Amino acid sequence: MAITRAEVLHVARLARLALTEEEIARFQEQLSAILEAVGKVDELDLSGVEPTAHPLELSNVWGADEPRPSIDVEEALANAPDREGSYFRVPPA
Amino acid sequence: MTWEPVIGCEIHVHLKTQTKMFCRCATGFGAPENSSTCPVCLAHPGVLPVPNERAIEWTIKLGLALGCDIAPRAVFHRKNYFYPDNPKGYQISQYDEPLCMSGSFLLPGVGGDTEIGIVRAHLEEDAAKNVHMGGGEGRIHGADRTLVDFNRAGMPLVEIVTQPHLRSSEQTKRFLQLLRQTVRELGISDAEMQEGSMRFDVNVSVRPEGSDELRTRTELKNINSFNFAAQGIEREIQRQIAIYEGGGEVVQETLHFVPGQEHAAPLRSKEEAQDYRYLPEPDLVPIEPPAEMVEQARAELGELPSARIRRLETELDFGLAEGLVTSGRDGLYERTPGDRRAVANVVMNELAAAGLDPTEVNGEELGKLVEARDRIPREAFMKALGASGDGDFKAEDYLGEAVIADESELDPVIERILAANDENVAAYRAGKQGLLGFFVGQVMKETGGKADPKVVNTRLRELLDRS
Repeated sequence: MAITRAEVLHVARLARLALTEEEIARFQEQLSAILEAVGKVDELDLSGVEPTAHPLELSNVWGADEPRPSIDVEEALANAPDREGSYFRVPPA
Repeated sequence: MTWEPVIGCEIHVHLKTQTKMFCRCATGFGAPENSSTCPVCLAHPGVLPVPNERAIEWTIKLGLALGCDIAPRAVFHRKNYFYPDNPKGYQISQYDEPLCMSGSFLLPGVGGDTEIGIVRAHLEEDAAKNVHMGGGEGRIHGADRTLVDFNRAGMPLVEIVTQPHLRSSEQTKRFLQLLRQTVRELGISDAEMQEGSMRFDVNVSVRPEGSDELRTRTELKNINSFNFAAQGIEREIQRQIAIYEGGGEVVQETLHFVPGQEHAAPLRSKEEAQDYRYLPEPDLVPIEPPAEMVEQARAELGELPSARIRRLETELDFGLAEGLVTSGRDGLYERTPGDRRAVANVVMNELAAAGLDPTEVNGEELGKLVEARDRIPREAFMKALGASGDGDFKAEDYLGEAVIADESELDPVIERILAANDENVAAYRAGKQGLLGFFVGQVMKETGGKADPKVVNTRLRELLDRS
């Protein structure tokens, strides 16, 4: 398989995910399949092709530096699993 | 063996745009926590970033001031990491196609100029502010919970990376001060370290003098004072030299500078070294800076601080020229007529001590005051200086009180004081020369501070030594 068990564990660690043995095996298989599919591109001769940063032929899309209203603090905190005053509260990091 | 320090810096500067980098929430220091947020900077699902045009213009302007090439095409990347200051799970930054590259910053010095190479200057968004609670004094260690304020999340931030061209802690401090002044004058950032709108990381290594190798470096993180930077670098240089001289090897690590502590404690262990998995930000299209935008930014650059130091150095000395420019006082110096050194000293010392904003002082009037400095009592001079920032300040209102330098006027006062203090006179004549200050003080008191201290000193000596 293209992706090793160690690579799955490394990526999981970077995303702070705890995986079961069954998940490690499943993700190793799925990630390998994705990599293989993308690897199809290697079969083409791309020596004259610029890397694509964006699929649209567009550049310089931006907005003027003019403030718009923010949302209400209560609204901002509405989906927070936990809060303290007007702060979001999370486990010690 | 003589060791040579090799130092490079990464400097982060908050741009003082009105809105954040990718949403139009207002920026601003000190707003109530989480009051300046929206679905974009809180990373709600499905939202899309829109870059701030002014932040792009200002980054280009800074790049030009740093002598950089402005990229014909720049791309934003996602820098992936997992931490509660970063709700998207990635920070939008720039990677291999930044806006500004390959610059050079001129650092004037006593022994000539040094060119400090600039690797790049790129635009990114700041992270949220984390407050670690329960561990004592907001420290990470021992905290039992972390509070998150997203007001800072998404603020536009420019990162400037230098080549390792700096060679001492003192030179690094001077470089950072001059860079700060440059950024402030461009009008793109307050660069206030106390508010966190400018902060820097410093990479330090040492090598045998004369060698051109680059040895293992350590990184001092998140320094927010010039003196701390100098102290931290100096301590790190000494620590590395001691390791090499003891036959050891320096380990690459990130250190946290703690003022007053012996060692900078490791900030993050090597196992957790970041793996950022940069990828082009698919939600943003490339930036191709239009020629008009670049030329407009170029036209707005004034004479840069480093050039002004070199110019003023020819009429002053280097130290005064650098001090005036890096403290933003050279504008007042230049519009104040009179003896250059006298003006420079007053602007740098007395005026600074009086806490006046140099931009509010009328140079013409200040010039008249400096010219009269030796002719009026010190007290009147200081009083006039204190008022020199007022809109209607006129120097002549303070020049009426002439200093008393006439011996025929001072002698009777001196004689009266000597007669009234015969015990001290006897003690002085018996060898207690330190009493001269006492007599000077008495004369100044008697004359309401108007006596010329130089004449008083001379006459006192003459009269005391006479018999």
